[in-house]
This record gives sequence, structure tokens and C-alpha cells, in this order.
Amino acid sequence: MAKDEISGKEFKWIGTTPDRPDGLDKVTGRARYGADFNLPNMLYAAVVRSPHAHARIVKIDASKALALKGVKAVVTRADLPTGLTGEDLYLQENTLAGEKALYDGHAVAAVAATSQLLAHDAAQLIEVEYEVLPHVTDVDKAMAKDAPVILPGCADHSVPEGSAPNVARMIEFGRGDLAAGYAEADLVREGHYTTEATHQGYIEPHAAVGQMGSDGKGEMWVCTQGQWYIRKMCSAVLGTDPAQLRVTPSEIGGGFGGKTTIFMEPLPLALSKKAGGRPVKLVMSRAEVLRATGPTASASMDVKMGMKRDGTITGAEVNFRMQGGPFPGASPVGEALSCAFACYDIANLNHVGWEVLANRPKCAAYRAPGSPMAAYAVESLVDELCRELDLDPIEVRLKNGVKEGVRASYGPKFKKIGLAETLEAAKAHPNYAAPLGPNQGRGVASGFWFNHGGETSVSLAVSEDGTAQVSVGTPDIGGSRASIALMAAETLGIAYENVRVNIVETGALGVNEPTHGSRATFASGKAMWEAAQGAIKEMCKRAAQKWDIDPEAVTWKDGAAWPAGDNAGKFEPLSIKEIAGEMGKTGGPISGHHESTPSGAGPSFGTHVVDVEVDPETGRVTVLRYLVTQDAGRAIHPQYVEGQYQGGAAQGIGWALNEGYIYGEDGRLQNTVFLDYRVPVASDLPMIDTVIVEVPNPGHPFGVRGVGETGITPPLPAIANAIHAATGARLRALPMNPPAVLAAIKAKG
Amino acid sequence: MSKIHVQATVNGDSVEFLADPRETLLDCLRDHLDLTGAKEGCGTGDCGACSVMLNGRLVSSCLVLGVEAEGAEISTIEGMADGNELHPLQRKFIEHAALQCGFCTPGFLVAAKALLEKNPDPSESEIRFWLAGNLCRCTGYDKIVRAVQDAAAEMRGAA
Repeated sequence: MAKDEISGKEFKWIGTTPDRPDGLDKVTGRARYGADFNLPNMLYAAVVRSPHAHARIVKIDASKALALKGVKAVVTRADLPTGLTGEDLYLQENTLAGEKALYDGHAVAAVAATSQLLAHDAAQLIEVEYEVLPHVTDVDKAMAKDAPVILPGCADHSVPEGSAPNVARMIEFGRGDLAAGYAEADLVREGHYTTEATHQGYIEPHAAVGQMGSDGKGEMWVCTQGQWYIRKMCSAVLGTDPAQLRVTPSEIGGGFGGKTTIFMEPLPLALSKKAGGRPVKLVMSRAEVLRATGPTASASMDVKMGMKRDGTITGAEVNFRMQGGPFPGASPVGEALSCAFACYDIANLNHVGWEVLANRPKCAAYRAPGSPMAAYAVESLVDELCRELDLDPIEVRLKNGVKEGVRASYGPKFKKIGLAETLEAAKAHPNYAAPLGPNQGRGVASGFWFNHGGETSVSLAVSEDGTAQVSVGTPDIGGSRASIALMAAETLGIAYENVRVNIVETGALGVNEPTHGSRATFASGKAMWEAAQGAIKEMCKRAAQKWDIDPEAVTWKDGAAWPAGDNAGKFEPLSIKEIAGEMGKTGGPISGHHESTPSGAGPSFGTHVVDVEVDPETGRVTVLRYLVTQDAGRAIHPQYVEGQYQGGAAQGIGWALNEGYIYGEDGRLQNTVFLDYRVPVASDLPMIDTVIVEVPNPGHPFGVRGVGETGITPPLPAIANAIHAATGARLRALPMNPPAVLAAIKAKG
Repeated sequence: MSKIHVQATVNGDSVEFLADPRETLLDCLRDHLDLTGAKEGCGTGDCGACSVMLNGRLVSSCLVLGVEAEGAEISTIEGMADGNELHPLQRKFIEHAALQCGFCTPGFLVAAKALLEKNPDPSESEIRFWLAGNLCRCTGYDKIVRAVQDAAAEMRGAA
């Protein structure tokens, strides 16, 4: 049984693995996802998208579409308000192109009609005249001085005078004296690494039903990681008042960061407003998802590091270039820089990053945004140094690894963290000693994510029978109803089954950030705990009232109010059920609320060990064994913690070996279906072994650290390192698919 | 385009609907019969989220036209449990935490049931290859494979 290090008390619910509360709905097909929702008198929408990577929109003629019986509205950019600036403008530009289409798939117009088939027919009748412009999709080419200009004047104050026109931002930070650091080293090496853009690949395409009247009051049912973000962003794009838009999240079929923002969501609202307020449903196709939602950046990266013969890293620097699509602010290069050396305690460091615009879709977050690319570059080079100096990769990471009190490469001082514990767990695991055969190799890498608190508002209400209902604003994307219910049961001293966790609409709570930054169990859990303290205080007050003693003389234990000590008087404990049963007569409903932006999210570290076999004839890489060790702080529901580790590893394996956006010379995305954008399938993977390390986070009442993101980071370099161990070939570009691996083996001679 | 009258049996119930010849079986199940358990993840037969049984064969219902269902016997996720009695696979998916977002789950369950009907004692490899037509982006498949193994063992024990 798990134990609370702070109070020494044994947990009753934390660390157990009951069935998830929404399990039954999800195995019977009853759970309602975005596209499962319909309303009476509903219209269906379709979107017209640019077939060009970069083109001036000369004319849009919707007259033939509007002449079709049953076509109720067409919207173009001319229907949206003008005068927006900054990110609001970019969101609007991305919703519907203005003067120019900026990437293949960029939405140009949308139509609503009485059936889905009619909407698609109508979309084909909307005529758009384009003047095709030169385009650029490659990050290095986009950084050239003579590259096609995507957004004139995009550079902010950080960009040096005379930089290329698509450079939007430049970041530089560091510490110490690099030259001195390299002078101390016995070996200095540098490498150039590239990664291709990948997509979150959630299986559920974006879907929404929106309704808005001419009075600007609206409702929306939508699959999203964050209903308040949908509300804020749609309102900004449409020029309406956020308080007048009520957004209800559906069950969500995966997000991984890709559903923290808007793409098509304002369109059903705009169409509805134009169609007399009739609700409008819009569901994306898979091709639309791949072409026109928010993949991650592609990256071109240089790394240089110096190491002493004993493994001490004496100096390191990176220069990262990442394109984030056609708008500033979307590239994760800042996060990538901060993550690059976050695992290492290095005295002399420098980081330079360039945010570059390209004719590609606007990047969104994807699981630890920026960190996997950075790790691919840095952890690959660390491995090269280790091999050249004949050092064990885990020992080198233990030697240089960050721990409590160390100042992070990105600034703050670490509190209690668990990197060393994950490394020790990897070293002690049987996988690290498993014998390897011919053409097989083992790779190791570590990874990091900051974790996030974020704006949070939670409500907890005690029901008449002493059960409890918790209202949270963070959609349940992978079991957070279960983890929050476990924490609520633990806090109140009631049974897990007696807690219901509801994911509520925007009208029910104050603002919540999405389920992102690995924050749902941390932030909603922490706020639930605070809200429960409020309810407990009130229940103690009711007991005190009944016993006619001071409320301070009442304490809460095991789901009941007790006299705090002998001095308080002798009374039988009053259970939550008894107090709740009388609450109408003793002062009214009992509930607790908490609103905050919690700090202390507690950084997350993990270490992966992978064994691969490489077929020397074809270059195909088979993953034989896979181990994830990661610090969870405290695993509330260990099965779902393992699930996060395994899912992150699988996505990382896909990114490493197979996935990648392929653009043609014409700037069009060539792999727009799952057959061509191939994510890992069951037969591609082995079982994924996990070790949950628990170094409790002092910033959370139960020690929770977010567990969602770090797991995607180490697979990229770990697999590259394993391929090198198996073949002697070092792959410095992703994906490491069979042709690439075969070419690298051949090039080695 | 005029619609075509289709009569079929779905989960043991006799149903009829009017299908546009362009509509898929998945569209018809979801939009005409309100059976939204089967999901559209791709529309190209790559993800398996729309898996149903059609005349005893596992199919991606997004690759079948609605009009092809005339006279067919179809079973979907909605018909998998016997009233309130879950199929062992459904129970084991919950017990093993074999779902995170749950969107792919109906397709996996239908596909896994088809496997166990053909092969009550599949190896790990056989499970992985059979389910290779169903994409899950959340779990890394580990817990799904274990849930299927455990359900198969239970069903063999019960038989």
C-alpha cells in the first residue's frame, strides 16, 4: 500500500487501480465523441481548401453553390471582422485565408447545407481563382535570404538586422565560458541533426456542432482538450463576447496537444449565424486533419559538446532552427532550447534558436513540444561521445545528471527531482543486461518535460447521501476522471465509487486551461484537494454546531467529523452521510471551490532503454525490447501512469522510425492518409516495459507530477543510439526508415 | 440522386433505412440508425475504428456501401454485451486499462472478438498481426494485447 511521506499515513485509495468511471460507456460504444452529437434542424458543413502551398486569392465565387436547393450559407474571410492583431489575427487567418492561402490545405471558404453530401457537392461548386506564388516548405530553405516571403514584417525585436525575411524570432541564452569549457574537454564533437514534422495522429478527427444567433449568443459541442480555449479563440476570431458562447466538451478521441487550439471550430458558428441560427455540424476528414491541423515543427539542429575522459561534460551549445508554419509564435523552438540540456548539470552553455516561417500548417503542441527534437540531437551526440570515450551511457548521465539544488540549463533551481532514480532503475532492470545477438544493439537516452500548472477552477459538492460530485474543466483524455476520483475519495474519506467526476461546460466553472502540459491530475487534482478542504471545513462547522462546540475543536478523519481531542468533549463521530443528510436544515448545501494558477508542477524526467535488430539487407529496424523508467512523483492510478509511458514511447518510436510529413516539389502534402502517414500498429511493437519511479513532488498534496509528456522524448535518440550500436551507422536525420538506414549502412562502407 | 431502400438485420433487430448510393455502411449505421459506436477515424480503411461484422466477416464499414447491406446480418459494438452482461473482452479492456481516450476501443473490441471466434488461443504475435488493422494512438498496444490474452484465457476456461 502506498504511503504518504509527509503525514506517514497509509493511503486507502491512492495507488490502487479500480475500473475507470467512464469505462462502461467506452467499451459499449455509448460514450459520445465529437462527431456523435446531433441537434434538431441541424445543417452540415464542408470546407473549401487551397490546393496551393502559397497563392494569392484573386476571387471567390460561391454563386453556383448558393444556387443549389438546400445550401443555406457560405462564409469567407469577408464575413469575419477586421482589425485583429497578434495571435488573434493569426488564428483568424488560419481559420479562413485572407489575401493569400499560406499552405496546402489552408481553408478558403465554408458552406452549410441540409445534408453532408449536399455540403460536399456545394463546396466543389465554389470557384476560387488563385495566383500561385513561389513557396517554401523546408526549414533551412525558408531561412535563406532569397526565400519566398510568407508574411512581410514578421520579425519581432529579437531578430538581428539583415536576417532572412522568414525569421520571426531569435532566442539566445547561456551561461559560463564555452571556450574555457571546450579547452577543459578531452573530446569535443559536433553534429548536425534534422527531424521531419510529425502529426499527433489522434484517431478522432476534429468535430464540432455550433449554433449562434444574430444576437451573438451561441453554443458549441466540440471535441477539445480545452473548452475555455475554444471559447476564447472562437470569440476572438468572430468578434463576439466569450461569455455569450457556451462550450461543452465531448469525450475526446485523443489530442496530444493538437486539440488545445482551434482550426475549423469558428466555422460552424459563423455559418450558423449566417443561416438564421440553425446549428451546424462540421467534421474533418483524415486528410483535412493531416493537411490543415497542427503538426509539430520540422527542425534543423546543430549541437556541439565537450567531454572529459572521465565523462564530465565541460561545455555544450546548440543552434536550433524550427519552422512552425506560416505564423509567428507557433514554433516550439523556445521549449526545445530549454529542454536541450535540462537533464545535465553543465557549467558552460549556450543556446541559440531561430523561429522560421514556412508554407506549412500552423504548428500546434505535440506531447512535450520541442523536447523530442532537442533530445534527438543532444542525446545522440552524448552517445557519440560516450562511445568514442568508451563510457557507459547510464554512468555518464548519472555523473552529469541534474539533481535537487542544481540550477537548470534554462534558469531555475531544481527542487526534488527524479532523474538519477530513473537512471538507477534502468540500470537495475533485466533489460539492461539482456544478451544481444548479431545485428542487434542497445540504446539509452533520457528526457525531460517542465510540467505545467495553469489556470484551474474546480468545484466539489457533497450530495444529500454523503457522496460527492467533482466538477473539473480538464477533459479526460486518458483516465483523469479515475485519478481525480481516487484523490477525492482519499481526501474526503469516502469510497471511490461514491465520487463522480464530471467534465463540465464553460458555464459551470471559472476559466480552466486545457488538459495540456501534463497538468490534469496535477492541477485539477490539487484544486480538487483545496476545494475538498473547503467542504470539510464546512462539515466540521456543522458538526460543531450540533455539538455546540468551537469549530476549531472538530477534526476530519475517515469520512467523519470527530472531536479534535479530549478537551473538545465526548461525541460520537458524525459521518459525511449524517452531516449531508441534514445539510438543508443546518445551513444549506455543502460544497467547496478552488480557483488558482497552481505553481510547483514538478519537472518530469525519464530514461529509456531500447534493443533493436537491424536487417542489414533491407534496413528495417525491429524493436525487440523497450523499457521506460519515469518519475511520476506519485502514481495515483498506476495502470494509467504506465499507459502514458507506453503511449509516449509508441509515439516516439513512430516518430523515430516511420512518421514524417512528405511535401512534393509543388508544396503539397503527399501523405494525407494513414496508409501513407504510417503510425505504429500492434505488430510493429513489442510489449513496453515500465518502471514507475516515485520521487514525490513537494508541490502537490499527494506528490503528483504530470506523467503525460516526457515519454515521447527519449525514443528518438534511444533508437538512433541502438541502431548505431547494431550497425555502426549513425543516423542524424529522422525518420530512420528502411531506405535511410540502408543508405547509412552502405555509406559507412 | 434518389435513395435506395435497404433492409438488414443489425444486432439481431430488423432495420430499414434509405441510403444515398454514395453513403458508406458506416454513414448509414451512424446517421440513419443512430448507432454511433462505430467511429470514423480515416474513411480509407486504415484505422479500423469503424470495424463491424458483416455476414460473419470483419469489415471496415467505411469501405462498404450502405446499399451493399441489403439483406445482411450486421453486428456492431452496441450488440456486443448481452444486456447488462459485458462480453469478457469488454470487461478485460476495462480491467487492464486497455483504453485511454477510448475512441478506437469499439473497433478493437469487434476485431478482437472476431479473432477469438476463429482462434480461441492466439499467440501474442497472432493477436498483434490480427489487430494490425486497428490503430490506437494512446496505449502503445501493450495493455490491449494483454486484455485480449486474458479474455481469451477466461473464455477458454469457461468453454
